[in-house]
Amino acid sequence: MTFTPSTPAGAAPADTPLAVRSTGSGRGPRRRRSRFHSASRIAILVIVLGYLILPLFAMLEFSTRGDYGSRSLQSYAAILSNPNLIDGIATSLEVAVLTVLGMLLLLVPTMTWTVIRVPRMRRVVEFLCLLPLAIPAIVLVVGIAPMYRWMGQHLGAFGGSPLTLVFVDIILVLPFAYRAIDAGLRAVDVATLADAARSLGAGWPRTILQVIVPNIRGGILAASVLAVALVLGEYTISSLLSFNTLQVVIFLLGRRDAFVSVAVSLAALMFAFVLLIVIARFGAGSRAEQAAEEEPVR
Amino acid sequence: MTATTAGTATAERAGVAVQFQDLHRWYGKVHALDGLTIDIAPGELVALLGPSGCGKTTALRALGGLDEVDAGRILVDGRDMTHVPANKRGMGIVFQAYSLFPNMTTIDNVGYGLRLRGVGAVDRRKRATEMLELVGLAKQADRYPYQMSGGQQQRVALARALAIEPKVLLLDEPLSALDAKVRRQLREEIRRIQIAVGTTTLFVTHDQEEALALGDRVGVMSAGRLEQIASPTELYDRPRTAFVAEFVGLTNRLRGVADAGAVQILGTRVPLLEGSAGTGPVTALVRPESVKLTPEDGANAHVLAVSFLGSLCRTQVALPDGDLVVAQMAAAEMAGLAPGVAVRVTVAPSPVFAVTG
Repeated sequence: MTFTPSTPAGAAPADTPLAVRSTGSGRGPRRRRSRFHSASRIAILVIVLGYLILPLFAMLEFSTRGDYGSRSLQSYAAILSNPNLIDGIATSLEVAVLTVLGMLLLLVPTMTWTVIRVPRMRRVVEFLCLLPLAIPAIVLVVGIAPMYRWMGQHLGAFGGSPLTLVFVDIILVLPFAYRAIDAGLRAVDVATLADAARSLGAGWPRTILQVIVPNIRGGILAASVLAVALVLGEYTISSLLSFNTLQVVIFLLGRRDAFVSVAVSLAALMFAFVLLIVIARFGAGSRAEQAAEEEPVR
Repeated sequence: MTATTAGTATAERAGVAVQFQDLHRWYGKVHALDGLTIDIAPGELVALLGPSGCGKTTALRALGGLDEVDAGRILVDGRDMTHVPANKRGMGIVFQAYSLFPNMTTIDNVGYGLRLRGVGAVDRRKRATEMLELVGLAKQADRYPYQMSGGQQQRVALARALAIEPKVLLLDEPLSALDAKVRRQLREEIRRIQIAVGTTTLFVTHDQEEALALGDRVGVMSAGRLEQIASPTELYDRPRTAFVAEFVGLTNRLRGVADAGAVQILGTRVPLLEGSAGTGPVTALVRPESVKLTPEDGANAHVLAVSFLGSLCRTQVALPDGDLVVAQMAAAEMAGLAPGVAVRVTVAPSPVFAVTG
């Protein structure tokens, strides 16, 4: 039994907040502050873009230098005629794809199972996944790589299989991928969704593939992008294990022909950039997932 | 602690019988289920009521196959289901948390269980639409969960659980995340649908009003044990333990002296319920509606506060020895009661439970 006084049409309610009713006073300083904020934002943007773009511009300028001050695309043309480079790109892509698949196969079921069945092990899994951050590359190569090399040789159809590198790279990407997938798992009530799916008749594989994975798609995508970026940029371990990945070939080229080396570096950067955009675009999520980020109905 | 099956009200309904036989479950040192034994008749709705951590959800999850038990057996329609995995049990579950799959529309959610059973797309859509009509949400078929309110989501979850024609329907506090008005509406809807469908149902809640309103029988649990299971009226009027007497409904703790199966309280001799302390000083647990107040000049009790609750009125009274008593009566009977008014306090001679001390 509450009584709500009505307000005549057009009349301002008596309890209108002061901030809404106030006019004029304080507007000047606020506007000045707003201008200052806009100017600082633009300045920061210019500095950051300059920091990122200037080196790229310098690379472009250097790699297109021709004879006697002219401009030439000769260095870029040389990329396509270099068989080592093509092999390097193919190896890097192969390793990237296998690393992403291996990482997802290892992490998604493990982390989902941990969240649903053994939550107390979450910290242990997290610790194990973050461990590679603290292990220097040389330790990985000397300590773990011989075992993976042996596995690579026996699992792969051919002797010098890049599987060796894939196994090591999976370990390298674990810390970053773990964080991304963990964020995805925390965003939904995985345990309840899994219980609901199982009560409706789904076994564990279906529960994970049809219910959990679509709902942590964002986390899986982020983990995949990070893994691809890391693999395409990784040099130390590939070099120590004597695999001719893109980065290793670029380095070797740089010792012979600086112009081609810089052209390849720039092309590789652009390639990685486009690849990551394509992956992000490809897995941008369904209408439901995008809209679910909006305010839910109460 | 074995309960009898429900009476004639549920005898004619469809559904299967469920039996919990001496269930035990430990979580470390916590004995979550301590010899739980319940028989549920086909088509009956049993509400398990108890405070947090009493084991009611553990019992429900054990029946649903979502948790294991350490000892005991669960029989459904006479078949031992104790170690059958959740996805083979054919139980429909509605959870406390919203559990619709966010990546699927309402109709896909409702049809998911049918899809797993190999039902074709046309039949699946038809059945899912029927279920959505049952819960009054057929028009929301193509919406995603985030586009619906909490109450609507729980209705869809109920439709999804019923779509697979479950042997048993398990409701794990499905209303607790909703506001009071929606909760009441949905509660009535659940009861209507359950009666219409006739599925044997186990409803778990910590809300006694919900349990008493919904259950054919209500089981009160404490520390993993079943304290009592009975019809709502029997549970309220004839509690068998002090825990049930105090947990279900409001009680006044009034001191008196017991002998020969009765206790003398505030000048009235009141019969004691079975299981009560029988002799000597006792504390009787008296319902507020059994306390009668009569305004009377010179009486040595006086009214402290009067709360108007719509059709009812609750009055707090201070006794001469300083003890407080709450009386509840129809609002029409509250005339003359106001803070400071002197009243005579008496107790109706209906049976009460008493504990020693």
